[in-house]
Amino acid sequence: MDFQIHITGFMAVYIFMLAAFAGWVIIGHVPAILHTPLMSGSNFVHGIVVVGGIFALLNASTALEQTIGFFAVLLGAGNAAGGYAVTHRMLAMFQTSETTAKPKHRHAESGHATANAAKAR
Amino acid sequence: MIITASQLIIGIVDLAAAFLFMYGLKRMSSPVTAPSGIFVAGIGMLAAVVASFLYAFDVEAAAKPHLLTNVGLAAFALAIGGGIAWWVGKKVAMTAMPQMVAIYNGMGGGAAGAIAAVELFGNRATGATQAVVTLVGALIGAVSLSGSLIAWAKLQGVLKKPLRMKGQQILNGLVLLATLIVGGTVIFAALGGDVGFISTPQLIYLFFGLALILGILVTLPIGGADMPVVISIYNAFTGLAVGLEGFVLENPALMIAGMVVGAAGLLLTLLMAKAMNRSVSNVLFTNFGDVAKHKQGAIKGSLKPVEAGDAGIFMRYAASVIIVPGYGLAAAQGQQKLYEFVKLLISDGVSVKFAIHPVAGRMPGQMDVLLAEAGVPYDLIFQLDDINDDFKTTDVALVIGANDVVNPEARTDKTSPIYGMPILNADMAKKVYVVKRGEGKGYAGIVNPLFYEDNCDMVYGDAAAVLTAMIEAVRGLGAQAAA
Repeated sequence: MDFQIHITGFMAVYIFMLAAFAGWVIIGHVPAILHTPLMSGSNFVHGIVVVGGIFALLNASTALEQTIGFFAVLLGAGNAAGGYAVTHRMLAMFQTSETTAKPKHRHAESGHATANAAKAR
Repeated sequence: MIITASQLIIGIVDLAAAFLFMYGLKRMSSPVTAPSGIFVAGIGMLAAVVASFLYAFDVEAAAKPHLLTNVGLAAFALAIGGGIAWWVGKKVAMTAMPQMVAIYNGMGGGAAGAIAAVELFGNRATGATQAVVTLVGALIGAVSLSGSLIAWAKLQGVLKKPLRMKGQQILNGLVLLATLIVGGTVIFAALGGDVGFISTPQLIYLFFGLALILGILVTLPIGGADMPVVISIYNAFTGLAVGLEGFVLENPALMIAGMVVGAAGLLLTLLMAKAMNRSVSNVLFTNFGDVAKHKQGAIKGSLKPVEAGDAGIFMRYAASVIIVPGYGLAAAQGQQKLYEFVKLLISDGVSVKFAIHPVAGRMPGQMDVLLAEAGVPYDLIFQLDDINDDFKTTDVALVIGANDVVNPEARTDKTSPIYGMPILNADMAKKVYVVKRGEGKGYAGIVNPLFYEDNCDMVYGDAAAVLTAMIEAVRGLGAQAAA
């Protein structure tokens, strides 16, 4: 069987079309509250460009190509690593009242407040 | 053609990565599953990067003598670029998030442009389609790089004023035209055409130079308030550039990831523009400051300043409070104090909700992140459409550091620059408190008639200081009752 990837013009257009549609549908369901992490999350996903950078650099045969390829990997790696770091940080912050109410959690204070509220009522 | 083992492994890993990216983004559609969403996407990325070193087994003949150097360079670039970006990403303040996203985004665009440059200098294009796609990807990537850097400079406050000059649109048009002409010549040369007076490498340098200048020129005249839309557009641009370069490298993972982000970025851009009640072309090509010079009619009523403590006590005895936070709150670093105050109110039996306007903060959803950082549970946070009907049955609306997003003129005054923009109906609450640093205007540069309404009182001061005073006043009540 032949697993070699040959992407012809039309096949590329089909892939692009389906991927664009998938992106549109997936993102369309994200609530506004998550728009910032989503933007940085999708920003992280295009960090996959680093893989293309590695490919280009490994195939470089002149000093010029090596220099540019080096920057392609450098920038792509920054895109991917930075995008992950900030997205992960942001998403870890989102808590519900239930999770914050658990006393072992770092926001134990708010749990205390919720308990007081229950007593007050 | 026989496929090698390394190609097979790369193929399988990239397929898995493409799946994990989409699955991860899908999981980001709820705050509950979102952290695991970014994690699975991260696994996909890590696997794809590690597998990509297997390309070393199938490099072009010309690159074989340099292979060891190239592998070393790649590992070094990964460690340096990834390491620094990771470290900065872990440290950066949440208020600085928009400019950070702009930087990372520009890096992605730059990487796509650099890949295109390697392909062009190596003259690797195998046909007209490939050459054209390489060029288009390079153009978009380069514009995204220089444009994102300008966006960063504006958000960071390095560039304070929008730079505008006469005939800017014409100049931009000419630079775009020149870029396209040079790009066309590069393609002509890549396909074996003879340009004569200029060498191909010189043409390629000229092309990238023009594309980078174009990104700068297009972004410079856009005002700081519109930067979120610009970042979102460049996010989509970078995705598109990555997708196109993925086609050139025959890498479907890049194609899929790039195009998913391109479409997602486009959708986000449209949503944002809609929330600001402006079209995307209006954001890009109209100078917002100029539109705002309309004549406002005389405003009835007066500004009524009150003490922070009195406002705090009033809210303590209200049944329901809706808080409308704006960027002024974050600028004063008042989120922690706000949540402390909210917890006090809740513990005294007051129903408290947060109402978030889509463009609160410096990018959509940033206010949600800033509140989450302060520990506010997200089930207290409501978006415009979900809460706007609640204002009229609410005792107090507390507006902190927000202005244009609660300006009722957007509903009534057809001549207002913000007419038609969806606003939070804070003015419909029985009582409105507005916490503000002074009597200044909002980003749109217009006076807010809400502040002059009978049911509205002003609390002047730094948001953090005002909230501290409110907390002390309410705590004081409790102490009196206990004594």
